[in-house]
Amino acid sequence: MIGRLVLVVAVLTIGGPALAQDKSIVVASTTSTQDSGLFGHLLPRFKARTGIDAKVVALGTGQALDTGRRGDADVVFVHARSEEEKFVAGGFGVKRYPVMYNDLVLIGPRSDPGRVGKSKDIVEALRVLKARTLPFISRGDRSGTHLAELKLWKEAGIEPAAGKGGWYKSIGQGMGAALNTASAAEAYVLADRGTWLSFRNKGDLAILVQGDKRLFNQYGVILVNPVKHPHVKKAQGQQFIDWLISPEGQGAIAGYKIDGQPLFFPNADDPNA
Amino acid sequence: MPENLSALDLVLTGDPALFAIVRLALIVSLSAVLLAALVGVPLGAAIALSSFRGRDAVIVFLNAMMGLPPVVIGLMVYLALSRSGPLGSWGLLFTPQAMVIAQTILVTPIIAALARQTIEDLWLEYRDELTAMEVGPLRRLATLVWDARFSLITALLAGFGRAAAEVGAVIIVGGNIEGFTRTMTTAIALETSKGNLPLAIGLGLVLIAIVLAVNALAWALRRAAERLAG
Repeated sequence: MIGRLVLVVAVLTIGGPALAQDKSIVVASTTSTQDSGLFGHLLPRFKARTGIDAKVVALGTGQALDTGRRGDADVVFVHARSEEEKFVAGGFGVKRYPVMYNDLVLIGPRSDPGRVGKSKDIVEALRVLKARTLPFISRGDRSGTHLAELKLWKEAGIEPAAGKGGWYKSIGQGMGAALNTASAAEAYVLADRGTWLSFRNKGDLAILVQGDKRLFNQYGVILVNPVKHPHVKKAQGQQFIDWLISPEGQGAIAGYKIDGQPLFFPNADDPNA
Repeated sequence: MPENLSALDLVLTGDPALFAIVRLALIVSLSAVLLAALVGVPLGAAIALSSFRGRDAVIVFLNAMMGLPPVVIGLMVYLALSRSGPLGSWGLLFTPQAMVIAQTILVTPIIAALARQTIEDLWLEYRDELTAMEVGPLRRLATLVWDARFSLITALLAGFGRAAAEVGAVIIVGGNIEGFTRTMTTAIALETSKGNLPLAIGLGLVLIAIVLAVNALAWALRRAAERLAG
């Protein structure tokens, strides 16, 4: 009864956008694509072409995939290939399309107490941080960046959980929050280049390690399976995917720059991505 | 929201994105307060005027619910409205309506608890009079609510303050979608995560100014109404 009343009043006051036959889809995506400003650049172009409003909910990759699993999004646009493949294999997604990549960079205090900035080797840099117990901020939120970070620690043969609460601080928050924390604590942090470039509270932080192939960060887009969730807006969701991987969408991705630097590199045509 | 602009620029240039955010924040929080008042004031009044076993426990519970963490309410509403949840067919997750529902749940105990106290105090004052007049319980309730109407405004403002200030519930059930479910508090959280601290602080000041304006308006209305009531 109360629920019904809430609904009626809310619809009256707000005009019921959810009930109208609007052209819109919900895209569960990651904080890196939103905080870097990429969506602000892409979505108006997509709307101009198709008339569809893409409503982006920015979460960590793990949470974004969960949102898709529950049927609360039409499309997921994330970056953790193994998780994406699990999502499709589990019947939650129709098909994974590679879209673009960016790269992760190791950020740290400009003074670089661990002197990790002299090499390109990210795994070696992590070994130094551990050996000298220099403060490191981890996303700790099952995001794509967090999963990539864990993979790198594994490659370095280090169990970072052992340092929890000490030199290794897991904050369970988004990329921006992790950068804010690192900036305040003069700590090291792994970040995606896009968020870093558009981040405005850099303080004394700088990029220390970049260019290692292991820091490559691939994005994929998947339509949530309408067989599992019949309300999924299949046609409009697929239109979004088709536009992203079309020459126009790929060109728009390449055209997004901050201070003249491109943030994301389209590679929908790479079948191995 | 445009980059490289301070909140003051946004206000002065009448930035449409900022106004859409302010408008949504006001609509959501005021709708929630209105709905919560419709439920909370009669509920508080009914508890104030009745005596039953376990009444003390109910009052303690109601008072404690004033401290419900918004993020917990957000999560519960999220799970209920999710397509995989019991109310999934309503299709309300990530909409302003979902935000109204969450904030209504957040605010109702505050209004009910404060209304209960206000009306109970008034009841103790008028008890003999109302008993002597032999009015029925519903009439009694209506009389007390009417007489307490000016004091109850404070309860509504407390509820509004809570709703306008919270970010935990609306960000979960609304999703902070640009141009659709982004409100003042979720915009502030977003700008903070982008490291745009001056804009975040500026938006915070705008929010404080809005809350101040709503309170000033409520106070002015109360004054005017009191004068009319003589």
